[in-house]
Amino acid sequence: MPFIPHTETDVRDMLAAIGAKKIDDLFDEIPLELRSGKLDKIPEGLPEMEVAAILSERAHLDAVGLNFIGAGAYEHHIPAAVWQITTRGEFYSAYTPYQAEASQGTLQVLYEFQSMMTALTGMDVSNASMYDGASALGEALLMAVRSNKQNDSGRILMPKTVHPFYKEVVTSTTHAQGLRQIELAYCPKEGKTLLESLKEHEGQGITAVVIQQPNFFGTLEDVDAITDWAHAQGALVVAVVNPTSLALLKPPSQWGAKGADIVCGEGQPLGAPLASGGPYFGFLTTKMEFVRQMPGRIVGRTLDLDGKPGFSLTLQAREQHIRRSKATSNICTNQGLLVTAATIYMSLVGPEGLARVASASIANTGKLVAALAAVPGVSVAFSGARFHEAVIKLPESAAEVLPKLAALGILGGFDLSRHYPELGNAVLVCATETKTDTQIKRYAEALKQVLA
Amino acid sequence: MTEKLIFEHSRATRTATAQMPSAAVDVSAIPEHLRRKDKPMLPEVSEMQAVRHYTRLSQKNFSIDTHFYPLGSCTMKYNPRACNSLAMLPEFLARHPFAPASHSQGFLSCMYDLQEILKEVTGMAGVSLTPMAGAQGEFAGVAMINAYHKARGDSARTEILVPDAAHGTNPATAVMLGCSVREIPTNADGDVDIEALKAAVGPQTAGIMLTNPSTLGVFERNIKKIAEIVHQAGGLLYYDGANLNAILGKVRPGDMGFDVIHMNLHKTFSTPHGGGGPGAGAVGVSKRLLPFMPIPVVGKEGDSYRWLDENDLPQSIGRLSAFMGNAGVLLRAYIYARLLGREGMHRVAEFATLNANYLQARLSEKGFDLAFPKRRASHEFIITLKRQKKEIELTATDVAKRLLDYGFHAPTIYFPLLVPECLLIEPTETEDKETLDSFIEALCAIYEEAKKDVAYVKGAPYTMPVRRLDDVRAVRQLDVRWNQPAQTHG
Repeated sequence: MPFIPHTETDVRDMLAAIGAKKIDDLFDEIPLELRSGKLDKIPEGLPEMEVAAILSERAHLDAVGLNFIGAGAYEHHIPAAVWQITTRGEFYSAYTPYQAEASQGTLQVLYEFQSMMTALTGMDVSNASMYDGASALGEALLMAVRSNKQNDSGRILMPKTVHPFYKEVVTSTTHAQGLRQIELAYCPKEGKTLLESLKEHEGQGITAVVIQQPNFFGTLEDVDAITDWAHAQGALVVAVVNPTSLALLKPPSQWGAKGADIVCGEGQPLGAPLASGGPYFGFLTTKMEFVRQMPGRIVGRTLDLDGKPGFSLTLQAREQHIRRSKATSNICTNQGLLVTAATIYMSLVGPEGLARVASASIANTGKLVAALAAVPGVSVAFSGARFHEAVIKLPESAAEVLPKLAALGILGGFDLSRHYPELGNAVLVCATETKTDTQIKRYAEALKQVLA
Repeated sequence: MTEKLIFEHSRATRTATAQMPSAAVDVSAIPEHLRRKDKPMLPEVSEMQAVRHYTRLSQKNFSIDTHFYPLGSCTMKYNPRACNSLAMLPEFLARHPFAPASHSQGFLSCMYDLQEILKEVTGMAGVSLTPMAGAQGEFAGVAMINAYHKARGDSARTEILVPDAAHGTNPATAVMLGCSVREIPTNADGDVDIEALKAAVGPQTAGIMLTNPSTLGVFERNIKKIAEIVHQAGGLLYYDGANLNAILGKVRPGDMGFDVIHMNLHKTFSTPHGGGGPGAGAVGVSKRLLPFMPIPVVGKEGDSYRWLDENDLPQSIGRLSAFMGNAGVLLRAYIYARLLGREGMHRVAEFATLNANYLQARLSEKGFDLAFPKRRASHEFIITLKRQKKEIELTATDVAKRLLDYGFHAPTIYFPLLVPECLLIEPTETEDKETLDSFIEALCAIYEEAKKDVAYVKGAPYTMPVRRLDDVRAVRQLDVRWNQPAQTHG
């Protein structure tokens, strides 16, 4: 029996100890009319070898040549050691460290992770992860409403340059608690939030202003000016950042005069494979004054009975298993294994490696943009400074061009026409450190061929 | 035994050179005022230092692969290794979430098949796989209940009923969706108090959230009656799938009358718990809730598969993640389902229940008090140490900590809140009889130790990397990140 060790003798002895004749008798409290039938639609079980053959065949169907899509999920090199250690059974098959003494490994990893995320973002305190970047933004905004005693209207200024699916997730997860998103326009030339668009919201009791840096287009926002404006209005600043970029970009704690108040984002670039969108992990850091409004697990360092340092879950009075309906969030299970991978990733690349990954990604995207813009009819949409993504405009609809590129083995980018129809035939492209000059040239040649 | 922090191994300019691009850093593309001026305090270590450090940390964990882990309500069963290695096939790992359908048929077919398997095994009409954990599945479920009432123009239904034995996530979820919560008491045998339920339902009732078997480790025998009362009052029934392992292949939530359910695939479908996630909280719905499912869902047309989004499901409660949830976890669940197959699924509940009832019977015979002595165990059961606490001051914490010294992870303690000094024990179907017997021996030995010298048991654990930790100090002198002593930062 797959994964069940019982012999016939075991079953007989165990039933005798229970005082039951057969296993089915153990279900005698369940009304007979509720008992399920044969489950005919479920296939019969297969041995590992046959399941492996089926999965390998299916995996082959998805094989791609070159990926130039980013849009919130980035292809970076992952050192071999990251997942070899992460999938050790002691990490892989443990659970939430409820028994701290028997979970010091996981707890110390989480403490180190919190330390690394506060270092990258410049903030005081980090939690032990959220589900993903989008849900982390939803939780960050709910936290902003609880934290901003002066303006708790729930009105949120949301730039149009924030990831469109993040905005959808914020709507799904916060609407019932009365949060309302008010859109901020972007500059059609530079591709960043228009500072003038802030003026009309002065004196409106805004709870929080969201700033995504770099924004969805890959452009760098004027974070200082927006942050200072928000604070002058009594609004909190919620930053959405790419952790790789923080090796080179000013940490949110230094935005404007007072810095961002809550920082969140998608942790995937730190050692998680693309893998169809998950599992990834969200991160959330903040100033110490807001720590009691933070959702999720937090690990602290303390002492044991002998005065020896050790780690345990702390500030649990915020959480659902203690506070029930008064908790800061319903989050319980989070993304521990991905955090383990990210912690090992950050240890292996270090500050210099992360800076080189960021720098090489900027350089490669620059090369890609130059190569594509040299194709007749193709142009670059925005002039603003950027990180490792850019918007290019095509002479034909992206819905026509991208499948043709895919047929040539090139996943050419994210079609922006549905979320940004005003941009025309626009595609968001990305080239991380993983792309070579030859591969970039291949993309440009394929595009030329498709458009010819 | 103390392992330094990775930061304490760090030395300026030391690097794992093989792990970084060779080109030097060039920040000229970044405007001066947006550049980072300081070096972030990440560790500077060699590859071997990092590997040794994290390998050593892993060895400080109890896990299913190394220890019996009877953590009640968490279903810590064996995670087959094939599920991991096949979900990590290079093509699956390389697939971008926005890859076109032409380059996604393999992955999408697995997701579609998983949806179909989950529909069949739960008796629901539709399944959406996107919620990323049980609590997010709950959120999706209650959001669908709200959307259903709203679509019918019934805006008065804003109250969610929750039995007092429920997981804390249930009331927390209801509040996140703007609902108020009313608790329903449980009777002495562990069933929902039917009279109290009748008195609580009304035109304000949006629905009830139920776990069955309940967190008390017993099957809710009046489920048909409860469904009738709530449905007649115009409310819907939500099934919290935390304990689905107890009934997999035996009873289907759809047949019990539930309108919406979530499944913790990291429990019942054996995906890894990963030291606290990732989970996956797929939701299943009855016919009337189909239009409200969270997107995206996988559809099949002819022989090809594609995502269904807001164009296909305009009344959807929307997206819960930027992409499609914890895809890799879902792949592992699918692989597990194919390895088990139909017969294997029937056996899950049978052997999980056999193991729980065996432990319950033997422990009762050895003198431990059961919380519900007249009931069958489901896949888990509760022991209460109320008597031992009164007689010799032995608490659930004491037993839990001492069990660690005997090489067993502790059961869940002090949950459910209704039972004093409780141990919630869930052995799962993958444990052999010899392991269960040694666990029984360990509990008996601890009880004997406590009778002789309870102070000794209260000092446990003695063999772990640390002894009992000062949680009060952890809160009062909050230390939640490493500060490099010599360097000013930020």
